[in-house]
Amino acid sequence: MAELSGKYLVGVYDDDDTVLHAVPKLRKAGVKIKEVYSPFPIHGLDEALGHPRTRIGIAAFMFGVTGCCVALTLMIWTMGIDWPMIIGGKDPISVPNYIPITFELTVLFTAFGMVITFFISNGLGPGTHFHPRFDERSTDNKFVMAIDLGRNSMSADEISRALKDSGAEEVNIKQF
Amino acid sequence: MHVTSPVREPLIQGGKTYADVTEDICRHVEGTPTKEWKIAFGISLLVLAYGSVCLAWTWWEGLGVWGLNKTVGWAWDITNFVWWVGIGHAGTLISAILLLFRQKWRTSINRAAEAMTIFAVICAASFILMHMGRPWMAYWALPLPNAFGSLWVNFNSPLVWDVFAISTYFSVSLVFWYIGLIPDLATIRDRATSKISRLMYGTFAMGWDGSAKTWARYEYISLILAGLSTPLVLSVHTIVSMDFATSVIPGWHTTIFPPYFVAGAIFSGFAMVQNLMLITRVVYRLEDYITLEHIETMNKVITLTGSVVGVAYITEFFIAWYGGVEYEYYAFFNRMTGPYWWAYWAMMTCNVISPQLFWSRKLRRSITFTFFISVVVNIGMWFERFVIIVTSLHRDYVPSSWAMFSPTMFDIGDYIFSFGLFFTLFLLFSKYLPVVNMAEVKAVIRSTSANLPAKIAGVAKVRQRGNAEPVFGKDQE
Repeated sequence: MAELSGKYLVGVYDDDDTVLHAVPKLRKAGVKIKEVYSPFPIHGLDEALGHPRTRIGIAAFMFGVTGCCVALTLMIWTMGIDWPMIIGGKDPISVPNYIPITFELTVLFTAFGMVITFFISNGLGPGTHFHPRFDERSTDNKFVMAIDLGRNSMSADEISRALKDSGAEEVNIKQF
Repeated sequence: MHVTSPVREPLIQGGKTYADVTEDICRHVEGTPTKEWKIAFGISLLVLAYGSVCLAWTWWEGLGVWGLNKTVGWAWDITNFVWWVGIGHAGTLISAILLLFRQKWRTSINRAAEAMTIFAVICAASFILMHMGRPWMAYWALPLPNAFGSLWVNFNSPLVWDVFAISTYFSVSLVFWYIGLIPDLATIRDRATSKISRLMYGTFAMGWDGSAKTWARYEYISLILAGLSTPLVLSVHTIVSMDFATSVIPGWHTTIFPPYFVAGAIFSGFAMVQNLMLITRVVYRLEDYITLEHIETMNKVITLTGSVVGVAYITEFFIAWYGGVEYEYYAFFNRMTGPYWWAYWAMMTCNVISPQLFWSRKLRRSITFTFFISVVVNIGMWFERFVIIVTSLHRDYVPSSWAMFSPTMFDIGDYIFSFGLFFTLFLLFSKYLPVVNMAEVKAVIRSTSANLPAKIAGVAKVRQRGNAEPVFGKDQE
């Protein structure tokens, strides 16, 4: 998570359903929500918040294609061009025999490439553990909604009331 | 609004709240090690130490310390290798294939099962290094140009495929496991009281904050990793079986090997998961998380895969006779009635007959019986590999080359080494990491989510959650 700055309103909910239903209600009322933090994935929450669909699948596919090409190039070049050998009476370049390793390397490249992309795109990585957070209970049993006051035209009181109405059990102000 | 089907028991019992889940799972991570854990860990270390001495001597003196002879050139080493790799497969099945099939019961056991996979593959890899005799030459299996010219490894060889398959399998499983661990490490980080554990868990949690965007990506990559791991796990044991099947040794040269090995792998792996889970749930008091339902479901998988294995044995035998190749026929006839008849019949009894007992619901739900059968299945699956490897080799084409294999203390000691290694790693895991995936359990704690329309469940009873009468105990705070 990136470094935070500014003044935030933090709504704390105690139920995943409540927070999921609160999001469209608040957005309709004109509140701009920065993000919701939860201890487990809530299906439909990212769409409700208006986050675009993740493109990590495209990256994964590209890494897979890379792995596939690397594997085939490696084997065709070593076995067929650099030191051609006839093994078992077969052509030096016998692609069916290369399929298992091509598959393995495709999987390897996809998995590692995708996971590294995941870390980078979420700003996860070693050395980020000391970054400040809105509410540490969001990894235990609370669902935490953060609202950047600098980006909202509504007053803090108005938003706070809207949060309470939507089911938040507490509303705190957090200044970074 | 949550939909609950009354025909199924809830996956997690005891009316747990989200906070209860955190508390129950974190308790053993945060507390000091119990006396039982210390004793078990001490025993594992002793076993590992004994095994390490045997292994050190094996490498120092050479493979001559094993009971191998010029006829039986592969015996316990490859038996143990295949056995451990097979055990690993259940973890991937639970974490990947059951994720694709949306089997929610996997959430309570996937963490420990995946850990088992990783440790089992480490044990398997140790036998690869052992049977090389000169482990410092292990890099020869990699595609590196050698010093005498640019001669490369033979990419047509299943043994080279195996190098790629096992290392890919290990690293992808490790990544999959670690990704699943991150949210839980963050939970422990946020609860940690001591500076050192905050630093350690914080570092490995990589600054996880659980934002909706991160979770969406997390779910997405979990699904893709599961989609990758599913064919990967099938490919791994397929390639392991091809180490045998692509040779021309009667008894090994059969096309049934890939599916038969994969089924056997899942069979033995689930038995090992049962063994570990039945102990873990008692030691860490996780009876509400790993319930009788979980045990029963796993027993059903054992029965299914055990039946597949049984059919494979019979098919293999039938084809040996029906195929009309006398060498092939002799290899199988010799397995059944030759000097290793006891190994063959041990395998048949343990793998074909014992899982069929689980057709009885009473036995399937008996914890003692399940534990007993799981041990029996693991013994049987070890014998399966022993039978395939040793009995196919020990009677060569020329009767003057016929030989028997008998293990020496180093064959046994090196096998003991793998047990010491496995249990040491598993005990360390179970103490310092959460054995149940908290985030996933929290997500399934109410049988289904609001996204599921009521009519899908058919008989489902829809209960509106209101503040007046909570269906699910509100967090007591």
